[in-house]
Amino acid sequence: MPIRKYLSSIKGFSFILLFILWELLSNFSNPATFPSLLSIGKTLFAEVLDGELIFHLGMTLYRVFVSFFIAMIVGILIGMLMGNYKNFDSFFDGWNILFLNIPALVLIILSYIWFGLTEVAAIVAVSLNKIPNVVVTIREGAKSIDKRLLQVAFVYKVSNVKKFFIFYIPQLFPYIIAAARGGISLIWKIVLVVELLGRSNGVGFKIHEFFQFFDIKSILAYTIAFVIVMIGLELLFFKPLDNYSRRWRT
Amino acid sequence: MSTSIKINIKSKVFQTNTNKRKKHFAIGKLNLNISKGEFCSIIGPSGCGKTTLLNLISGLDKSLNGKIIFDKKKQLKDIRTAYMFQNPRLLPWLTVLENVEVVLSKEQKESNRAREILNIMGLEEFLGYYPSQLSGGMQRRVALARSYSSQPELFLLDEPFVSLDDEMANKLRDMLISLWTNEPTTIIFVTHDLREAIYLADRIIFLSSAPSRVLMDKKIGIRRPRKLDDRKIESLRKSIISRNKQILKGVDTNA
Repeated sequence: MPIRKYLSSIKGFSFILLFILWELLSNFSNPATFPSLLSIGKTLFAEVLDGELIFHLGMTLYRVFVSFFIAMIVGILIGMLMGNYKNFDSFFDGWNILFLNIPALVLIILSYIWFGLTEVAAIVAVSLNKIPNVVVTIREGAKSIDKRLLQVAFVYKVSNVKKFFIFYIPQLFPYIIAAARGGISLIWKIVLVVELLGRSNGVGFKIHEFFQFFDIKSILAYTIAFVIVMIGLELLFFKPLDNYSRRWRT
Repeated sequence: MSTSIKINIKSKVFQTNTNKRKKHFAIGKLNLNISKGEFCSIIGPSGCGKTTLLNLISGLDKSLNGKIIFDKKKQLKDIRTAYMFQNPRLLPWLTVLENVEVVLSKEQKESNRAREILNIMGLEEFLGYYPSQLSGGMQRRVALARSYSSQPELFLLDEPFVSLDDEMANKLRDMLISLWTNEPTTIIFVTHDLREAIYLADRIIFLSSAPSRVLMDKKIGIRRPRKLDDRKIESLRKSIISRNKQILKGVDTNA
C-alpha cells in the first residue's frame, strides 16, 4: 500500500474512533450535558432550516472577514516596512512585542470601553489582536527577500509597479499565505469572544445565550457548523491558493 | 543601437563590516574608453574588482567616485542596459517566455521579440517551462535571451559561462557571438579565462589585483568568424603569457 494511502486511512480511522468514543460516553452520561451525535445532527439540521443559524453564522463570518482583511493589510504594510528599513524595525519592534503579549481579552475589553459596544470596537479589537502576528511573519519574509532579483529589475529599468508586483511580492507570497492561514484560524476564535462580550448577534452571542440555558446540543450544533465552514474555507480557498503560489516549484 | 562609454574612476573603497577603520581599496585610478559596438573583455585575478566595476557602470553600486560618460552625454537612465550575472537570476515563478518578456518594453513585447530570440537560442519547445525544470545550461540560455531581447545599447556580462561544461559553454559563446554579429552592441565581458577572452573579444583589458588599474590593453586582431580550435588563439594566448608571466595574477612583471 502506498504510504500516502496508508496515512490517510489512519486519519479516517482516528476520526471514526473519536465518534465511537463520543457515542459511548454520551450513552453513559446525561443526554442533556453530553448529547449523542445524532441528536446534535438533528438540532443542526433544524437550526439551518429555521434560518437563524445561517444569519448568526453570516454575521460572524462578516466580522471575521472584515477584521481579517484589515489585519492583513495593516500587518503586511508594517511588516514590509520593518523588514526593509532598519529605522522602522527599531521603531515598531517595541510596540509589536508589547501588543504580541497583551492578552486578547484585555484588548477586547479596552476596545469596548473606549469605543462603546459597537461594531467598530469589535472589529478594532479583533484586528489589533492579529496584526502583531502578521507583522512578525511578513517581516521575516521581507528580510529574506533575494536582493539579487531586485537588481535584475533595476538594471533592466523595469517600472516600479512591475518591480513590486512581479519581482518583490512573489518572494513574499509564501509568508503572506502563512500569515493568512494562521490569521483566519486565530481571528475566528477571537471573534466569538468579542461577540460573547458585546454583540447581540453572531455565533459567539448565540453560544452565550445557549450557555445561559445549558443548551449543550445547540452549542455543539453551532460549533460544528462553524468548524465546517472554516474547514471548507481552508480547502476551497487557501489550499488552492497555496498550490497556485507553488506551481513553479518542482 | 549601441553606446560608447568613457570610464574615469578615481577610486573605489569598501568599508569592511568587521573593522570600520580598515578599508579595502577595490579599484585604483582606472581610465577606460570603449567605443560603440566594441566587444571588450576584462580579465583579471579573482577579487580584483571586476564585478565591482560592472556594478559601478550599471548603477547597481551608486557610490561612484569619478565619472562614467556615455555616447552623446546620455544619462545612465536613458541607456538600455543589459547585465548577465554569474548566476542566471531568473524569476522562479515565471515561465521561460515570461522571464524574457518581463524586462521588455511594451513595443518590444508586441513585436514578438522574446519568442524570436528564444527560437534562435533553441528554446522554442520550453517557453512554458519554469526555470526549476531546466538544466543549468538552459537557464543561462534564457538569461542570455533575456539580455539580448531587451536590445541593449550596453551589455555587461560577469563571467556568465562559469561552472558549465566545456561543450555547453562553447555553445553559449557561439550564441552570444552570433547575436552580437547580427545586432552589434557594446559589450563588456568580464572573465578570468584568457582563452575565452581571446576567442570572443575585439580587445582585452588586463586588470591588476586590487586596487585594480589597467595593466595592459590588447587589441585582438584575429579575423571573424573565429574558430574555437583556431591555432591563432592558442598561440596568442601563449605569447601573451610568455611575455608577461604574472599578468593573469594581476602583476606586471615587466614594470
